[in-house]
Amino acid sequence: MANALDPHAAIVTKAGGLDRQGTLRTADGRPLKAALARSSRRARRRAFFLVLPLLLFVLITFVLPIGQMLQRSVKNDGFSANMPQLTAWFHDNPRGTQPDDAAWAALAADLAAAAQARTIGVVGTRINYDMPGTRSLFTSAGRKARGGIDPPYRQAILDMDETWGDPKLWSVMRMAASPYTANFYLAAVDRTRDDQGQITAVPEQQQIYVKLFMRTFWLSLAITATTFLLGFPVAHLLATLPMRQSNLLMILVLLPFWTSLLVRTTSWIVLLQQQGVVNDMLVWLGLIGNGQRLQMIFNQTGTIIAMTHILLPFMILPLYSVMRTINPSYVRAARSLGATSWTAFRRIYFPQTLPGLGAGALLVFILAVGYYITPALVGGASGQLISNMIAMHMTQTLNWSMAAALAALLLAGVLILYWVYDRLVGIDNLKLG
Amino acid sequence: MTADPGNDAFVVFDHVQKSYDGQTLVVKDLNLAIGKGEFLTMLGPSGSGKTTCLMMLAGFETATHGEIRLDGRNINDVPPHKRGIGMVFQNYALFPHMSVGENLSFPLEVRGMGKAERETRVARALDMVQMGRFKNRRPAQLSGGQQQRIALARALVFDPKLVLMDEPLGALDKQLREHMQFEIKALHDRLGITVVYVTHDQGEALTMSDRIAVFDDGRIQQLAAPPVLYEQPENSFVAGFIGENNALRGTIEQLQGDKALVRLGNGELIDATAVNIREVAQTTTVSIRPERVEFKPDLMPQGAHTIEAQVRDVIYMGDILRARLHVAGQDDFVMKYRNTLGQVKLSPGETIRIGWHPEDARALDPV
Repeated sequence: MANALDPHAAIVTKAGGLDRQGTLRTADGRPLKAALARSSRRARRRAFFLVLPLLLFVLITFVLPIGQMLQRSVKNDGFSANMPQLTAWFHDNPRGTQPDDAAWAALAADLAAAAQARTIGVVGTRINYDMPGTRSLFTSAGRKARGGIDPPYRQAILDMDETWGDPKLWSVMRMAASPYTANFYLAAVDRTRDDQGQITAVPEQQQIYVKLFMRTFWLSLAITATTFLLGFPVAHLLATLPMRQSNLLMILVLLPFWTSLLVRTTSWIVLLQQQGVVNDMLVWLGLIGNGQRLQMIFNQTGTIIAMTHILLPFMILPLYSVMRTINPSYVRAARSLGATSWTAFRRIYFPQTLPGLGAGALLVFILAVGYYITPALVGGASGQLISNMIAMHMTQTLNWSMAAALAALLLAGVLILYWVYDRLVGIDNLKLG
Repeated sequence: MTADPGNDAFVVFDHVQKSYDGQTLVVKDLNLAIGKGEFLTMLGPSGSGKTTCLMMLAGFETATHGEIRLDGRNINDVPPHKRGIGMVFQNYALFPHMSVGENLSFPLEVRGMGKAERETRVARALDMVQMGRFKNRRPAQLSGGQQQRIALARALVFDPKLVLMDEPLGALDKQLREHMQFEIKALHDRLGITVVYVTHDQGEALTMSDRIAVFDDGRIQQLAAPPVLYEQPENSFVAGFIGENNALRGTIEQLQGDKALVRLGNGELIDATAVNIREVAQTTTVSIRPERVEFKPDLMPQGAHTIEAQVRDVIYMGDILRARLHVAGQDDFVMKYRNTLGQVKLSPGETIRIGWHPEDARALDPV
């Protein structure tokens, strides 16, 4: 059923099932397969060398960084690498053990060492991810411990700050003692671990990521739908108009590609802002009062409008390439068989455009899900997408592990979508050109 | 040629003209009456306006001027889906996303027919073209000939009174094409439907049609039954377009009723039948079919003029021999003769005398 639109698939599979009787040999007695491999080896090797530069390029600039990012989402050794003695104590004593003298001694030694090595900030940052507000705890302890801490360690450290006795802090430090953690993924779906290490939801006012994922999903869906509604008639015109007009139209479709993304996005600001062209027109026409100027930008509406405009060609081009191959005699045949033009469109024309529609929709949706610049510029607060949050973690909070976890979830979502599409429509029915 | 306003005419083109650009006419004053149950072929080179005529009849093009009537009703403003005309397209136009059964069921569905009746009708139509086993296949899984049959069955499944066929056999190989010609003809005879068939293949037109309308330059050049068209072409275009033809250029020497004496370029005289020439001294093209040319003196008709011919080459074609002759200063004269036991062997360079029955030489308009 996956190949409902591709009747050739069945034929091809059948042809592949030839049975082999013994080994076929060439005239001089060599196995036919070996002879074939030998005769095409040179050509294959040359082809391989031709693609080698690209292969290396892709490997170095694409596969390795993504792999690194994915690793970062589960690995952060900011604590374990800089607090070796305490890490060893956590390793030797199971969860639930109260911090004994050895633990406090290890903590004191590590704090002093980290302060000496000036890595105490890194340690604080790592713990801060799981327990906000604790970074300064480490940095101030570092300042005080630079000259070394005198026993009794427990008392000395608790004198610096009472928080050191908090069981939650110890629980967090125990988790951070392992360089590998799923906590960033938990945080990316608004979950955290409590003192006992159980997974719980974060307080309601801190739940942002799931909501943001859903918003990204729905906005992308809305953008895909609007590109389809706007792009379908244009693609149809492109495919059916006489050469001269269709070429002109094609230039108009491609024009946005030749203009800077920033220019296009900012022109939407000029058009849609409250003192902008569209609002001025509406006021001038008397459709709205001067006090009722519409808020069309710096919110979700702005994101949808600007991104629809930017992603429209990605819907039009695959649709066009499919529509161009649909012979007009199909619709004529349907009409001559008694179908009204609407029925002919619905039953005959539209189903044949599905491969293009699928390709266009998938392309637009995937691009929209990961879009960053446009929502950042015109999205305001309510039009931000998950990619803006990833960017924030990359550039402002510098929590790269969190950014990597969010990006990995996004990637997984897209792959699942791809898989679903393959099951429903069949990926070989995708036509991009 | 004016359309017969008689009541038996099923399809009537009445002074139909068609222009796409407002500057040139693709169809110039078409008048044509097609009888009920007739198999009429529109034959002509590409660009002659035959397909445009078919498209106007089907409703995909509108006539710029004139009236098209179907069963006495003006259908100029009737949309295609209300005309009830079956149509077979050049590329079959089978819906690729539907199975054969769904393709056939489509015209019945849009007519709101119940499921049970649809299935009986589809089964009947498939049996009619011996394709009953293929109901669940997709069009792409069928061969060209099978697709052709399905297209035919689909055009007939809703019992149209008129079926249009637009070069339906163009994409098939020769053997299959001849077989399908026979089948389409048999279906036509059995069902008693009216068929308007468009082709540029004159052999196809001759074997299948009741009447043939030869199109050129937006006009019907001749409308006649196949034997008449072949043996009595009314102008040089028809003579040249249908079958193989020899054209000898000359001037009229004498004219007596429809008997003409024509002087060829090298001064020789031949007999001919005057068809569309009016007066002495007019230039003319005399058309003679290659198989009506005779070279054995005892077989030549009494009193016929003979002229000298030089054999250029002889091609052995199995059932016949085809000799290319140099006649009256022209190098492209062809003579065909049967390959019988003991047939005279002609060799290149040999000089012979050829002749024909005056009725077979038709003096037509100069090319």
